[in-house]
Amino acid sequence: MTAARTAAARGLPPVLLLVALLAAWQTVVVVGQVPAFLLPSPSAIGSELVALWPTISSAILVTGGNSLLGLLLGALTGVAVAVVAGLLPSADRMLQPFVAGLAVVPIVALAPVLYTMYGAASEVARVIVAAIAAFVPVFVTTTRGLRQVRPVHRDLMRAYGATPRQATVTVTVPTAVPFVFTGLRLASSLAVISAIVAEYFGGPRTGIGSFITTAAAGSNYARAWAFVVGGILVGLAFYGVTLAAEHLVRRRAGPRAR
Amino acid sequence: MTTQTAPQREEHPRGAVAVEVTGATRVFQGSAGTVTALDGVDLTVGAGEFVSLIGPSGCGKSTLLRLIADLDRPSAGTIEVFGRTAEQARLAHDYGIAFQQAGLLPWRTVRANIELPLAMHGTGRAARRERADYLVELVGLAEFADHYPDQLSGGMQQRVAIARAVAEEPSLLLMDEPFGALDEMTRERLQGELVRICAETRAAVVFVTHSIPEAVFLSDRVVVMSARPGRIREVVDIDLTRAARSDEGLREDAAYFAAVTRVREALHHGSPAPAQGVELR
Ligand SMILES: Nc1ncnc2c1ncn2[C@@H]1O[C@H](COP(=O)(O)OP(=O)(O)OP(=O)(O)O)[C@@H](O)[C@H]1O
Ligand SMILES: [Mg+2]
Repeated sequence: MTAARTAAARGLPPVLLLVALLAAWQTVVVVGQVPAFLLPSPSAIGSELVALWPTISSAILVTGGNSLLGLLLGALTGVAVAVVAGLLPSADRMLQPFVAGLAVVPIVALAPVLYTMYGAASEVARVIVAAIAAFVPVFVTTTRGLRQVRPVHRDLMRAYGATPRQATVTVTVPTAVPFVFTGLRLASSLAVISAIVAEYFGGPRTGIGSFITTAAAGSNYARAWAFVVGGILVGLAFYGVTLAAEHLVRRRAGPRAR
Repeated sequence: MTTQTAPQREEHPRGAVAVEVTGATRVFQGSAGTVTALDGVDLTVGAGEFVSLIGPSGCGKSTLLRLIADLDRPSAGTIEVFGRTAEQARLAHDYGIAFQQAGLLPWRTVRANIELPLAMHGTGRAARRERADYLVELVGLAEFADHYPDQLSGGMQQRVAIARAVAEEPSLLLMDEPFGALDEMTRERLQGELVRICAETRAAVVFVTHSIPEAVFLSDRVVVMSARPGRIREVVDIDLTRAARSDEGLREDAAYFAAVTRVREALHHGSPAPAQGVELR
């Protein structure tokens, strides 16, 4: 009850700010007679949003689905590879430069190549791009997290004669969990961004990114912006869900002093 | 009533000797040079015997304890625990240990922390729960069984660590200043409990402390160490029976005060030359 009220109290100022900004935007566009190709008014974007909602919502589902699948694939692989690298120093030495390289590759640049590999009618290329984008931060933060075991905990495991597997499950992985979630939060927005941008490079005309390019190419600026709003909704949903998952796991693990 | 009460030396199921340290030396190589933390330390701890290590900060008490626990290896010398190497003893779960820091797992409740060694060594769920119930009661934390460590004070966390150390009723307990963070009342109560637990399980204890009264109250022998290099300066025999110890009156006993004085003298006035009339090992 009080928690809900404080949440509302904390949510109110940003909402007010948003409303004020939209009002200012509307005023500037109307009073200043700004041409639509420069900046459409919020009301024009809003009416496009309402009129095209069936298309926008299905595009949200397609792009959201690609992002989610990519995020899951990338995150799972990231955690798994980091655990293996943590257990095998030789694998770690092999992987680190490879991942550093992957981090600087503009991953969406792979999209056209992948479209030709998997066929222009398939969503696979987009999922792969999102997965690679999500893999990098999850792998990096998980690797770091797996090295944070406190010396006293390491001693404890040794004193118990724990096998490497036992020590990993009992101490190493729980210590790494908050780090994994930091990576996951980064990965969730990266996955969405990559999935949308990958659509700019071709593939089936199904997702938010494809519709943005089509609308912009057809000079339907307010419509393009309406799809951008759809993309923002996908990004916000992903961020919110990862944040909630993090809270849930933290709560289960008890509040922690860091 | 000081001398004739020889420690009860009937047959111990684990043999006569719990810990045998011979010529243990530990030299740490650092970028700023080498530190001789321990230099030729000899120490024998009998089965069921309570031995305290006391000495100035940095004299190698924790280092010695870690060698016995096989958490660290000596640069020279040997360490045997119940007739086997320290490593074999560690792998056989021969000892329970409490560190200078509580070292609880923050993502586990108090109960789950106490159950940890039992769970890792394959004790069944029901038996674990029963044991944990008994132990939280013992350390006075029954109401906090389902709390997480960071919801407890430092002293309470230390009590959980002690309960965890004795969870498996080990025949050897290694404790590094376990009561350092506790208030005087809790400290005395837990000292009493520790004496009782040791009498019950007939565990040998190697106990690091900075408190002379605590060392005397708990120990059969007090090992007084000196720093740089870490050596054993004197070993003071405390001739108080376990029976007398479980009696709270002991703390006012004349023999107790005499022993406190002897340890204090060994600690403060101890010269490199052996002090008169005190056994030196
Ligand atoms: N891992 C290490 N690396 C380098 N030097 C160490 C290490 N551990 C201990 N030492 C050194 O060995 C000496 C003894 O340390 P130790 O921790 O055994 O002292 P202590 O008697 O337990 O002291 P205190 O009462 O303060 O806990 C110290 O001079 C310390 O600097
Ligand atoms: Mg110490």
